Amino acid sequence: MARILPLLAKVVAVLAVYLVVQAMIMTGVVDDYILITMVTICVNIILAVSLNLITGFTGQFSLGHAGFMSIGAYTTGLLTMHYPTWWAFLLGLLAGGAIAAIIGFLVGLPTLRLRGDYLAIATLGMAEIIRVLFLNFPFTNGAAGLSGMPRFVNWTWLYVFTAGTVILISNFLRSMPGRNLIAVREDEIAASSIGVNAVRAKTLAFVVGAFFGGLAGGLYSSYFYFIKPDLFGFQKSIDILIIVVLGGLGSLTGSVIAAILLAVISSLLQPFPELRMVIYGLILVVVMVFRPQGLMGDRELTFSAMRRLLPHRWREARP
Amino acid sequence: MTEILTMSQVSLNFGGLTAVSSVDLSLSEGELVGLIGPNGAGKTSIFNLLTGVYAPSAGAIHFHREGSTLNLGGKKPHAICHAGIGRTFQNIRLFRNLTVLDNVVIAAAQNQPYGLVASFLHTPKQHRCERETRERAMELLRIMDLADKADELAQNMSYGEQRRLEIARAMATQPVLLLLDEPAAGMNPAETASLTELIAWLRETFKLTILLIEHDMSLVMNICERLYVLDHGVLIASGTPAEIQHDPAVITAYLGEEVADA
Ligand SMILES: Nc1ncnc2c1ncn2[C@@H]1O[C@H](COP(=O)(O)OP(=O)(O)OP(=O)(O)O)[C@@H](O)[C@H]1O
Ligand SMILES: [Mg+2]
Repeated sequence: MARILPLLAKVVAVLAVYLVVQAMIMTGVVDDYILITMVTICVNIILAVSLNLITGFTGQFSLGHAGFMSIGAYTTGLLTMHYPTWWAFLLGLLAGGAIAAIIGFLVGLPTLRLRGDYLAIATLGMAEIIRVLFLNFPFTNGAAGLSGMPRFVNWTWLYVFTAGTVILISNFLRSMPGRNLIAVREDEIAASSIGVNAVRAKTLAFVVGAFFGGLAGGLYSSYFYFIKPDLFGFQKSIDILIIVVLGGLGSLTGSVIAAILLAVISSLLQPFPELRMVIYGLILVVVMVFRPQGLMGDRELTFSAMRRLLPHRWREARP
Repeated sequence: MTEILTMSQVSLNFGGLTAVSSVDLSLSEGELVGLIGPNGAGKTSIFNLLTGVYAPSAGAIHFHREGSTLNLGGKKPHAICHAGIGRTFQNIRLFRNLTVLDNVVIAAAQNQPYGLVASFLHTPKQHRCERETRERAMELLRIMDLADKADELAQNMSYGEQRRLEIARAMATQPVLLLLDEPAAGMNPAETASLTELIAWLRETFKLTILLIEHDMSLVMNICERLYVLDHGVLIASGTPAEIQHDPAVITAYLGEEVADA
């Protein structure tokens, strides 16, 4: 029983967010322009949460997340262009994630010997190689990229995959294989001494992180029906890293909050293009100066944490 | 008594420096043995050899358990842990940003593995394993007198508490051989005395074999049945605490040539 109630509260909350937005879309409160921002937010949440798994929770500095994203984007894009069906879309998402995961595994292996800055440079190189491959494959249309794939992503799919990713990764991190990653981040030698296979843990982080990075790419390409290699360059990897660092390395809810915050700020500043990057940069500098650990540090905003904000008599009213 | 660990002619070189030189050492099941020696003698290096942090430059290390023998030389630390050897660290290595409970839970969970699917979906099996792991971890915290600190961050513990937490974490992997690297370092005499009792109690209760490094002679002389003395990487003496106390080579090593000559 003690487990059922919090679980129920979470299910209700997750459903409520979905239904409220769905209602706003149906009544026209959320127009196409706002929807674009929401798609950006959701894709960025998946990207940030999965990069946080690698960099925040496992401590493996990665500058190549856009590379994993591009694999998913091209896989889903190509599949749905040739087979414009629902199942090809879903297959594309899964296959894109799976291929990204395989690449993540291959990248993980040699880079595991590297640490810190060296690892960052190696992952950067990996993403560049992937970008150049997409520029030169006979079937990816070079620098011009792919366009005109059918749009299968709507709010429902978007929400299912975004909420699903956050829930799955959060579950993973609250279980034995996930906590092993955190142990490796904290102290690799100590982790090994209690039986954690550090190489396996780091590889697993890259595999899981890459899978969800690929998934995000698939959602992206199916909504914006236009992709080209340059969208997934160094700049994109940095953008994702900024969300992770701003939200807090090692905080999933931090990544979610930062992804929302940055997208909202960025779209509010849309009318002032010349000021936009300045203000954006200023916000980053201010946060990093006054909160170097990011908005959330390595804490999570949980239901029990929110309950602590409630008045006392409300708090007692639970089993 | 049956032997549980044998080191034969084990050496370890760091470039030109020989940290451990042709050491022969053996432990019998259930023994509590001390490894002592001056600073830089190579004691921690021996622990690092036994736990796979370093591979021996020469010699062999064998671990005997349940009738089979395992060659530890070149094995990875996590494999050695799974074989049944647990350890603590001289320069405390806790998961500092995690809670006291999580430090022990992570270790305890290694004996109850479940698949990736279970960990993503939090299946009933995952919940059961998780609950059992937590209970075992809490039990160890109670034993180490840390239960009331379970939810605090490891880095906020006092020095003595951190050392006890390291022992709890090592115990959570259910070792048969426990290696303690200066467990009483930084503790006051009262803390040392209660730790001494605790170590003896752990050995009794969990049928452990213990090898410990310690500079605090009150602890060593109190509970160790046998001692090995190391100096400049070489074993210079071994025997009961009483024998060691009067061994001229040991006195020389500890007090310097002149005193022994005088
Ligand atoms: N990773 C390393 N690289 C190079 N030299 C090392 C390394 N680890 C230890 N040493 C050297 O090996 C020798 C033995 O060190 P060790 O830490 O084993 O000594 P110890 O007996 O544990 O000393 P203490 O009582 O100070 O802990 C020392 O001279 C030390 O400087
Ligand atoms: Mg030492």
